Amino acid sequence: MTPLTSDYALEIVDLNKAFGGLKVTQSVSLAIRRGERRLIIGPNGAGKTTLFNQISGDMRPNSGQIRLFGTDVTTFAPYKRAHLGLSRTYQIITLFTGDTLEHNVTLGLLGLLPSRWQMWRPLSFYGDLAGEARRTLDTVGLLHLANHPVSEIAYGEKRRVELAMALAQKPRVLLLDEPLAGLSNTERSTVKSLIASIPRETAVIMIEHDMDTALDLAETVTLLNYGRVIVDGERDVVIADERTREVYLGS
Amino acid sequence: MKWIAAALLAGLLLLLPLFAGDFYINLASQILIAAIFALSLNLLVGFGGMTSLGHASYLGVAAYISALLTSRYGFGHGAAAIISIAGTIATAAFFGIIALRATGLGFLMITLALSQVLWGLAYRMSDVTNGDNGIAGLTRPMPFGISLDGAAAFYWFALIVTSIAFLMMAIFVSSSFGSSLKGVRDQPRRMAALGFNPWMIRWITFIYAGFWGGVSGLLYVYYNKYIHPTSLSTTSSAEALLGVIAGGSGTLGGPVVGATLVLLLKNYASAYIERWNMLLGLVFLFIVLVMPTGIVPGLSKLMTRLRRGPR
Amino acid sequence: MQFWIIQGLNSLSLGGLLFLLSSGFSLIFGLMRLANLTHGAFFMLGTYFGATALRAYSGLNIWVTALGAGFAVAAIGGLFERLVLTRLKTNPLGQVLVTLGMSFIISDACLVLWGGDSIPVPTPHNLQAPTRVLGFVFPTYRLVLVGCAIGAAIALYFLMERTRLGAMIRAGVDDRQMARAVGIPVSNLFTIVFCLGAGIAGAGGVLGGPILSAYPGLDADMLPLALIVVILGGIGSLLGAFVGSFIIGFIYTFGTALFPELAYIILFLPMIVVIAFRPQGLFGRVGA
Repeated sequence: MTPLTSDYALEIVDLNKAFGGLKVTQSVSLAIRRGERRLIIGPNGAGKTTLFNQISGDMRPNSGQIRLFGTDVTTFAPYKRAHLGLSRTYQIITLFTGDTLEHNVTLGLLGLLPSRWQMWRPLSFYGDLAGEARRTLDTVGLLHLANHPVSEIAYGEKRRVELAMALAQKPRVLLLDEPLAGLSNTERSTVKSLIASIPRETAVIMIEHDMDTALDLAETVTLLNYGRVIVDGERDVVIADERTREVYLGS
Repeated sequence: MKWIAAALLAGLLLLLPLFAGDFYINLASQILIAAIFALSLNLLVGFGGMTSLGHASYLGVAAYISALLTSRYGFGHGAAAIISIAGTIATAAFFGIIALRATGLGFLMITLALSQVLWGLAYRMSDVTNGDNGIAGLTRPMPFGISLDGAAAFYWFALIVTSIAFLMMAIFVSSSFGSSLKGVRDQPRRMAALGFNPWMIRWITFIYAGFWGGVSGLLYVYYNKYIHPTSLSTTSSAEALLGVIAGGSGTLGGPVVGATLVLLLKNYASAYIERWNMLLGLVFLFIVLVMPTGIVPGLSKLMTRLRRGPR
Repeated sequence: MQFWIIQGLNSLSLGGLLFLLSSGFSLIFGLMRLANLTHGAFFMLGTYFGATALRAYSGLNIWVTALGAGFAVAAIGGLFERLVLTRLKTNPLGQVLVTLGMSFIISDACLVLWGGDSIPVPTPHNLQAPTRVLGFVFPTYRLVLVGCAIGAAIALYFLMERTRLGAMIRAGVDDRQMARAVGIPVSNLFTIVFCLGAGIAGAGGVLGGPILSAYPGLDADMLPLALIVVILGGIGSLLGAFVGSFIIGFIYTFGTALFPELAYIILFLPMIVVIAFRPQGLFGRVGA
């Protein structure tokens, strides 16, 4: 089992993706260590979410390779990648609006368990699953709303449910797509400390526009523009880089 | 309150043959058969978000296989039933692979087209299926040596099967797998990202729904002692779909209520006006335009509002 | 040899009819995202109109009849679209269900009005004499029918590619929101396209009359063929409908002639193969 010995949680090699003539990912190569905290920045349309979609398997690249802990997952369906320890959240909130918060998080847990195929036993009989879901909701501070349907809670709370669903899976690689988008200042600091408290062995890759908050969480930064990696490295080095300034200030 | 109502209903169903005449007992048997059929379709339509217009395929395949095996090849009812159900499952597995290449309207069109193949076969392969004449002179099985030829005996038999079917499907939709199915209906992409295999979940459901469709098909052919290609027709699929939607798709009681209404309508209204298909069409228009979520969700919304009191 | 040639021509004429049926289905699907299950009934309605008119007035020209029946069916389709379908804009499943309901209503109404027996439609007098080419004998009407379908295909092509209406329809097919935003009256466009599709099917029904005759269940025979054609050719593609129609025309005709009992299975094989390897159909676009 060589895959498990890989030093890297996620490796991307020469990835390319185009929609018609529009190249949204151009020979992107990245390597993210286990437990690394990586921030991906870039202007709108830089191809950040497209890159996430290729990592999670929602979208197939035209060429290149994606490896999770050494396993080539380029052609794997999304659910297979989830079973290798990959989780993600969505920029546009994607929850089960008619169901309770507890049920939403339970689905996150169930996704990785063999009992998801069980047809002869009501889900409510799995008390430990519900308990686990409630514990996760507690860590994001939403336990008091556990029995409310998602449609009844506020936007900022939905963002935290997104996070709880992913955290419940105890991922080894977590992709966060703008987890702070649309949040108030108080909510931001709540979510920030939540992200900071994610177990150290989990590699976190985050797309975020709110630099003030996000840079505190990041160890390394990748700057994308027009689907290309412009700068990539330690946080302070990337921030100080001339090219970063060019992209953001338009030189 | 809820339990008392359920107990009353169960008692009523159980004791029906003691106070009702044969006509009503037979009508009740037909309703039970239609209810299993609608419930099985509802697994796809309501809980899986897969609107099939070809569900009559599974009723028809099971009924035809059983009819052929018992009448022509001298099989006993037990063996014939097992082979019929196996054949239905195989058909559903194969059709599922094809139809699930598409979703939404594509799925609907493919299921409709596939069921037309079977309907066409039943009509055209007349040296096997006896074509438009259908297969008559069939018998009912005798489980544990008990004759089902009487109206009451058959009714109780159908009631037992229906109760098992209802219970099994109720457990199915509340199980882990059922939750996965509803999740895939609502947010397939999210479900895949969480580790669920949406295709496999849909396919297994398709087969499971086909299985119960086959069970209703067996009851159907036992009851009628006759089978004709119309049981495979689009009208047959559409009647069941109307039952599901009229009653309320995605609920457990809805399809039962809907199937009951469709069957009563068919039996009573067609006694006065001959045009069942036209009436079916008009009811379709009415239901979709006036109460698109169905009777049961509409009523339960009304009930909660009444319970909470006027605002 | 005569067998093959005659069957070949029969295939072509059936293909032509299928094109008249499925081109409208495909257009409606492409623009409105609606699987119009009434389409077979529209075709049958056309056939009954044609049968009635042509049998009542023996001097009536079949082309004029087809045009008239086309307009009549288009009017019925337009009413249905305006009165029912527009109310269900946000409920695509509901739309399909009412088209199914409407097909039951029409086919039952036909049964009431015209009875259960098959009504033959006379072949036009001037096209009754067979055409002889190179020693082979061809039924003239079928030849003309094929020409007619090709003519309709060309006309539709020009309508879609060369006219302002066609440009608007294409814009609506590509991106409904955008079309609305630039001021294209999408809702009127829906009605026009629905009328057009229904009208072509109705006219096709008249032209198919001399070959098929009018009988109850004609709609149920034709609708699956239209479905197969568009699934095969690609939903929403005019070219796909054209190619698919002739493929199915050939398979159905030769299947029925050579293996009458299995014709139905043979008919569905190409559809299954296409779905397996190219779910969007031969000429369909991904995601359509």
